[in-house]
Amino acid sequence: MRVKRKKGVAVPYLAWMIIFTALPLVLVIFFAFTNKDGGFTLDNLTGLGNYVSVFFLSLILAAIATVLCLVIAYPISFMLSRLRAGRQGILLMLVMLPMWMNFLLRTYAWMSLLEYNGLINRFLGIFGIGPFEMINTAGAVVLGMVYNYLPYMILPLYTAMVKISPSVIEAAEDLGAGFWSKLFRVILPLSKPGIQTGITMVFVPAISTFIISKMLSGGNIWLIGDLIESQFLGNAYNYNLGSAMSLVLMVVVLLIMSLTGGFDQEDIEGVI
Amino acid sequence: MVGKILKRVYVVLLFSFLYMPIAVLIAFSFNESKSRSNFTGFTLDWYAKLFRNEAVLSALLLSLVLALVAAAIATVLGTMAAVGISRMKRGPRTLIMNLSYIPIVNPEIITGVSLMLLFVVIKNLLGFLGPVADNIIGLPSLLIAHVTFNLPYVLFMVAPKLRAMDKNLYDAALDLGCNERQAFFKVVLPEIMPAVFSAFLICLTYSIDDFTISYFTAGNLQTLPIAIYSMTRKKVSPEINALSAIMFVAILAIILIANYREAAGERKKQKAAARARA
Amino acid sequence: MRSIRVEKYSLATANCKRTTHYHQNRVINKGVVLMDQSVIISLKDIVVDFDDEAVLNGLSLDIHDEEFVTLLGPSGCGKTTTLRVIGGFLAPKGGQVFFDGKDITALPPYKRPVNTVFQKYALFPHLNVYENVAFGLRLKKVEEKLIREQVLEMLELVGLKGFERRGTEQLSGGQQQRVAIARALVNRPKVLLLDEPLGALDLKLRKEMQIELKRIQQSLEITFVYVTHDQEEALTMSDTVVVMNKGVIQQIGSPQDIYNEPMNAFVADFIGESNIFEGMMPKDFLVEFAGQPFTCVDSGFAPNELVQVVVRPEDVQVVPSVAGQLTGVVKTTVFKGVHWEMIVEQGGNEWIIQSTVASQPGELIGMNVEPDMIHIMHRSDEELAYAEFRPEDPEEEEAEDAG
Repeated sequence: MRVKRKKGVAVPYLAWMIIFTALPLVLVIFFAFTNKDGGFTLDNLTGLGNYVSVFFLSLILAAIATVLCLVIAYPISFMLSRLRAGRQGILLMLVMLPMWMNFLLRTYAWMSLLEYNGLINRFLGIFGIGPFEMINTAGAVVLGMVYNYLPYMILPLYTAMVKISPSVIEAAEDLGAGFWSKLFRVILPLSKPGIQTGITMVFVPAISTFIISKMLSGGNIWLIGDLIESQFLGNAYNYNLGSAMSLVLMVVVLLIMSLTGGFDQEDIEGVI
Repeated sequence: MVGKILKRVYVVLLFSFLYMPIAVLIAFSFNESKSRSNFTGFTLDWYAKLFRNEAVLSALLLSLVLALVAAAIATVLGTMAAVGISRMKRGPRTLIMNLSYIPIVNPEIITGVSLMLLFVVIKNLLGFLGPVADNIIGLPSLLIAHVTFNLPYVLFMVAPKLRAMDKNLYDAALDLGCNERQAFFKVVLPEIMPAVFSAFLICLTYSIDDFTISYFTAGNLQTLPIAIYSMTRKKVSPEINALSAIMFVAILAIILIANYREAAGERKKQKAAARARA
Repeated sequence: MRSIRVEKYSLATANCKRTTHYHQNRVINKGVVLMDQSVIISLKDIVVDFDDEAVLNGLSLDIHDEEFVTLLGPSGCGKTTTLRVIGGFLAPKGGQVFFDGKDITALPPYKRPVNTVFQKYALFPHLNVYENVAFGLRLKKVEEKLIREQVLEMLELVGLKGFERRGTEQLSGGQQQRVAIARALVNRPKVLLLDEPLGALDLKLRKEMQIELKRIQQSLEITFVYVTHDQEEALTMSDTVVVMNKGVIQQIGSPQDIYNEPMNAFVADFIGESNIFEGMMPKDFLVEFAGQPFTCVDSGFAPNELVQVVVRPEDVQVVPSVAGQLTGVVKTTVFKGVHWEMIVEQGGNEWIIQSTVASQPGELIGMNVEPDMIHIMHRSDEELAYAEFRPEDPEEEEAEDAG
């Protein structure tokens, strides 16, 4: 009804997103259901049966990393949300600062720390413990995931917790809630949106990574990401099979997101 | 009392977990020997070597140029889109918003391989053009990929600012004699400029930082993260540590400056508000 | 009591440039189309709908030169929509807008010789006071020296001399308001449109600005079209009040006409407080309501015509029960400052009465109404509508809650 409000300025964006976001996904689906000659086939998908163990391992490691992130991030997020406004900003910045370092470098840092002759083993050696085989284990991969994606858990948790008014917690105390009932009956339910977003934001990159596993397991541990990468750029080189793997990964991610309720739009904007 | 100590211990452990790897990384950039666990003596050699490393320097240049161009394109298109959807009805607006969520929620590797598929298909379709087709995968594909993953962030940062803007400002500009174009450039754009500028900065950092999507769309080109990746796979060299230290200090400086400016802006605003009350 | 009310509106009365008289029995749904030389804006059969819901339904209205016209009505009545149609921010689905006899329906806002003061002012936050006011002149490429002259002159007119370099966020609500007025007026519009400009100000400031706006309008001798839901504001400032409801003009008239001679139950209820009764006119100068015959001053109704009767709360005289035309029992008594407000139950009717003498709840009192205090209206279907659209003014609501 307004006079001459042109909407056409959104067209280039829309066109761009359709061609370079929607269309490529359609291609993934198309390649997943065709063979090298372009004929329809289900072989790619049925062929994934050989890789069930890889999918399973990815799922487990990503799940462990997500849970660890939640456990580690929850207290610090709550502490942050209770600080004075000025300090909140500074401390939040301190928590987020490592994330600004390129994640290859962050992961590389752990490579040297976890080595058999690395600093951690040398430090433990002072007390006569170890040395341990840390690098090239599943534990190292999980550690890498936790380290890289921890901020993705802290930020949405903090965003949700900041909205919990101190008077709500005081009211709970006033009504006789102790530490645990305060946590489980008040804070946890109120921070649920943050938990959901945090889980999604850690789990999705964790289950799809290929760099962390490559760098910290020395090629010993293969995740879905490594499989896909090897189909497109590695030795396996089979776009159709890689597309089928990608398709399954997308389905897994969608399932997880429908379980956790996906992203809260506001939280996403907060993270940006 | 016990709770307080526990809290302290937890915070100290958490921050050492977050910063220890970076601290060690930077410390060993000054290590004389190549060892990653034995500090044998102080040197700046690795920095000197880094600045003579052609591969790293050209990757850095590529990353900077790519980030600037991609961020500029994404900022312009994304801002236009934000303006466009602010005038749309709920239905089409939701459609575009949902489309924009795809690259944000999708695993990066999927975005990477799906774009790679697209470029391979385009290259094959344009095969009759000969060498021109082969050039698609490289700078063009890299640029398109970067614009693609930047675009939604611009939309999501600028659109709320437009929503929060007093709708009457635009009308007021028309009322005072602006045509639509003038109203946009004289009134709407200055109003959303802070958001547009932060969107541009965010795009810059995402572009410079991106590895996964570039990895699948760069062809033979090396962006800085790709160069870092290949360095970590080769023989151990403290040049990486030196690079990490430089990048960390640069980022720290940028964040501190941004924060300082923001804080200064806040103070100015508060002063103004106080004066208005008085 | 009436003398107090009249005093309150004396400003408007004294300043009346043109008191338009309309015959009371005019058909309600059609705005008057007077082909007067002095008509500056003319709306003809304007139709506007949002999502197929009619907001303006064939609205016609003439606005005269140098007149202070107020569009008054509850929220959703279409008053702001009407203003936006005049300003050019909204293209009507049907109908035409004339300015000085020229059809301007298709003209965009920036080509119309009108300017607007927006709700919440819409000052440009990135520009200071001076640049805000200079904005329109800059676009017209006026010489810098002239811009300076005119901007300073305008800032002086609105009482903001010396504020040129201030940022708009450093101003109080009242000052921002003045900048918005100066920014519009500096363009020398023939007509100034004001969309609830005082809505965001507190009561005291609002009253000051009412007088201020009236002063500005008179000193510049231009037309003001003013939108508000505040009846008191409308009565205080206007030469002509246009009462609207549900996209239809209910009554056009001077503040006195609107208050004293409401055309229907909606207007009577919306403007001030009213006792509205169903009644019948057996013959001229006689009306029956509240179970009693009353002498009145109205004539010209059909014999035994069903009518509605309005009696203002301050027009009911409280007398001893034996001396009253009517008797009733006081239900509540509330002190209102100047007067007491009482709810009185009388034969199934509830009366609101304002009196300087309090009667106690439970007391039996007599009530008299002078013939010229009885106002008789033709029956309209609008009576059904007004209940849904209560005025938004909090003072009104408080009064209702108290009753």
